[in-house]
Amino acid sequence: MERLCLIFCIFLTHCYASEEDETSSSKLNHTKDHGLHIAKFDFELVQTPYLIALWILAASVAKIGFHLAPSLNTIFPESCLLIFVGLIVGGVLAFVGENPMSLTPHTFFNFMLPPIILDAGYFMPNRLFFDNLGTILLFAVVGTLWSTFAVAGSLWGLSSWMGGFGGKELPILQCLLFSALISAVDPVAVLAVFEEIHVNELLYIVVFGESLLNDAVTVALYEVFEEYAIMGPDNVSAFEILKGFGKFPVVALGGTFIGIVAGLAIGFVTRLTTNTRVMEPLVIFVMAYLAYLSAEMFHLSGIMAATFCGLTMKNYVRANISQKSLTTLKYSMKMLSSGAETIIFIFLGVSTVNGDHVWNTTFVVATISFCTLYRAVGTFALSWIANHFRLEPIGGVDQFVVAYGGLRGAVAVALVLLIDKNATLFDEKLRSMMVTTTIAVIYFTVFVQGMTIKPIVEWLHVTKSEKRKPTMNERVHEKTMEHLMTGMESIAGHMGKYNLRAKLRAINDSYIKPYLQRCENGVDAKDTKILETYSKLMMEDMKTVTIMGPGGKQLRHQDSVMRAKKRLHIDDGIGTSDTNEDQAPDVVKMDELLEKGLQEKNAYRRCSYSRHSLQDTDAQAMLDLRLNLKSAPARKKGELAKMRQWKTVDVEDDGAHCSMLLQRRCSEGGQSSTTDLNKKTPKKEAGRPPRSAPPVGKSSVSQFKFDTASSIPEDDEENVFEDGPGAMKRSGSLGNIN
Amino acid sequence: MGSRPSLLLRDEELAEIQKETGFTANQIERLYSRFTALDKTATGALSREDFLRIPELAINPLGERIVMAFFRHSDEDRVNFRQFVRVLAHFRPLKKSRANALNSREGKLKFAFKLYDLDDDDRITKEELLAVLQMMVGENISEDQLMSIAERTILEADSDGDGMIGFEEFCKVLDRSLVEQKMSIRFLN
Repeated sequence: MERLCLIFCIFLTHCYASEEDETSSSKLNHTKDHGLHIAKFDFELVQTPYLIALWILAASVAKIGFHLAPSLNTIFPESCLLIFVGLIVGGVLAFVGENPMSLTPHTFFNFMLPPIILDAGYFMPNRLFFDNLGTILLFAVVGTLWSTFAVAGSLWGLSSWMGGFGGKELPILQCLLFSALISAVDPVAVLAVFEEIHVNELLYIVVFGESLLNDAVTVALYEVFEEYAIMGPDNVSAFEILKGFGKFPVVALGGTFIGIVAGLAIGFVTRLTTNTRVMEPLVIFVMAYLAYLSAEMFHLSGIMAATFCGLTMKNYVRANISQKSLTTLKYSMKMLSSGAETIIFIFLGVSTVNGDHVWNTTFVVATISFCTLYRAVGTFALSWIANHFRLEPIGGVDQFVVAYGGLRGAVAVALVLLIDKNATLFDEKLRSMMVTTTIAVIYFTVFVQGMTIKPIVEWLHVTKSEKRKPTMNERVHEKTMEHLMTGMESIAGHMGKYNLRAKLRAINDSYIKPYLQRCENGVDAKDTKILETYSKLMMEDMKTVTIMGPGGKQLRHQDSVMRAKKRLHIDDGIGTSDTNEDQAPDVVKMDELLEKGLQEKNAYRRCSYSRHSLQDTDAQAMLDLRLNLKSAPARKKGELAKMRQWKTVDVEDDGAHCSMLLQRRCSEGGQSSTTDLNKKTPKKEAGRPPRSAPPVGKSSVSQFKFDTASSIPEDDEENVFEDGPGAMKRSGSLGNIN
Repeated sequence: MGSRPSLLLRDEELAEIQKETGFTANQIERLYSRFTALDKTATGALSREDFLRIPELAINPLGERIVMAFFRHSDEDRVNFRQFVRVLAHFRPLKKSRANALNSREGKLKFAFKLYDLDDDDRITKEELLAVLQMMVGENISEDQLMSIAERTILEADSDGDGMIGFEEFCKVLDRSLVEQKMSIRFLN
């Protein structure tokens, strides 16, 4: 939020200079009367933040409004509507005589773009991205290069053939500069449109990845051509051109390097935040932002830096920070990015009204058609190349959508406004013409392509994505397949993607993870993904249960019991002894979770204010903890049997206790919480087997109960007192959990 | 490449393998050189030890299972080149033009299924699933948890209620997963 505020500070300070004059004259009046004012009007005092807040409010209201009008949303993509609102606002401001503020490149690159890119990098499906990295890079690097040079060449050719556009001769270097900025597909616009249409994963990642990674090419080309344009065509020697070629890998790899370093640093820092949970999201944001700024400082690709920072930190951060912090992180990231995106589009509209425009139909039409044409040609040619190396070829329909989905956006506007006056030979008219044309291209791609892409996707029957969580089976079997493929690749002596991934994972596990990931949680299980899926599914079960209430639980219970019975019936001959207990963990877990859910409501009431901590009793967190905390030694078969036997007792006990709890809860209603808790705690202690139980017998069931108990907030003194012997242990384990 | 003399296969044998597996001659040639490289004893067949000597395979949690898959259809404890290629043919990318029983979706799924199914009775029991889970997830997770995961997995897939996952059930739960792509290797030419 601070960042958003800052954004506006910058522009509003100069844009509202005129208003300041008015207010300062009113200030003069104030100084005349000397009496004490109980209240007085002093807009100047709050002007800048006030206007910023108003802008954000306007953007939010516009966004909220569109989502309330369902019919509007089906026809227009949101970005179109936002630009439209911007146009209206700009028009009104211009009509009133207020100079509408335009989106300054400085504001855009420093404050608006980073949250969007970081968000994109953080929520990037890593797997998908790296699986298709070759294709993405091909499109981003070769595609952008091709498009830049082809558009520039064609524009220059047309210009010299026609004797210039509107009497303006367009020299080759200015052509190149212009086409470098107009050829880059814009991550903001692409994301905004593709978010809504849910195309299939492959299509999404190709367009999305391209829009992120082509920034490296764009930055390099833009700066190189700007330099050349300033130097003038006569001074560009072969050596300079060679240096230009050298710039590209430096910009791309440098940005990536900074991003990765920052991501690792974030991992390291969040490893140490056990006692300062509230600082976690802040540290992450600030460090990621610094990565972006550092890259920009060296004129490297900030977009690449932010993307790779998000990609890198994701894994470590997820394991390190608390569940609540993670939720905060995700939500604030989403909030910042969608806020910034909304504001960008509105400002795009506003800044269209503003500024001197030089419209040249030939130039505009030529640019739009060359851009579209070469994008299509490039996409088809590159897909043809890519399909020779891909297991899953990019189909013709998909190719079309990739070509058609190459939207241009605010990055182009910001870049065109940034063009150095020297680079356009001090020709204001030429500059204005470029600005106008850039805006025209953006309007064309965002409005025409953005509005038609949805019907086209439907009409062409492009496979849509189905967003869903993997089922347990998919997770387990896909994991198996992965190991199988890794094995097969190594047998066939082929260094394929599976083998590569296995290698990287091994390096990460042995050299990087131990330093960056909190390890006191004992997260050295090899495959946490399976556990993660499991805990997520359990969570969902819990949610349905809590929503459906006790009745629902009963239903569920019956269902699983029925299944268990059914199975028992069939299994009878083979494994009689096992079946009953095997069903148990599932049911038990439901009970535990349910109990947990009830307890949480109690925790609500005992909330006390603290600036430094929140009560972190998230059921999901507990579940994660429970799944991760385990560093139980491997058990031998015999011990296991003994343990199971013991567990059944506990299980039955616990189940009965839980249903009792439930019944009581139902009868007493919502207000019973405190008394309920008082009764509950000793009860649970009683339900627990004596402490002299063999250490092996410490099954996950009791362990979980233990965790649950310790999740009760620290300030709950009565609980500690009541618990007697258990209290010591609990307070001991508190440190681990919070 | 193109080092024909190094290939000790007769032409008709090559053609046969080509027909059976769908590999191109170049791919077979490449695989043959890999085969001979693995065959340390130079007996023209691979033993379990030959496989397990591959460093990556030795650390693969399912390494032994994968090696077992090679020996599934041979009574001996050695695998000759044809058997070797036949197993690998399951992982040829599926292209409509060159479909074949081995690398079809079903063939691929069957192969994965057989990794679990130790006793070859076309069913994955809870114990079999648990064994694989243990290999993959590692020792640090308690057996109860793995057991509940296995439970849940079976419960989810088990549509006929026999407490096991049959092959049809296995195919059904993986309906939406892109097995054709996941279980393919782009064998080099």
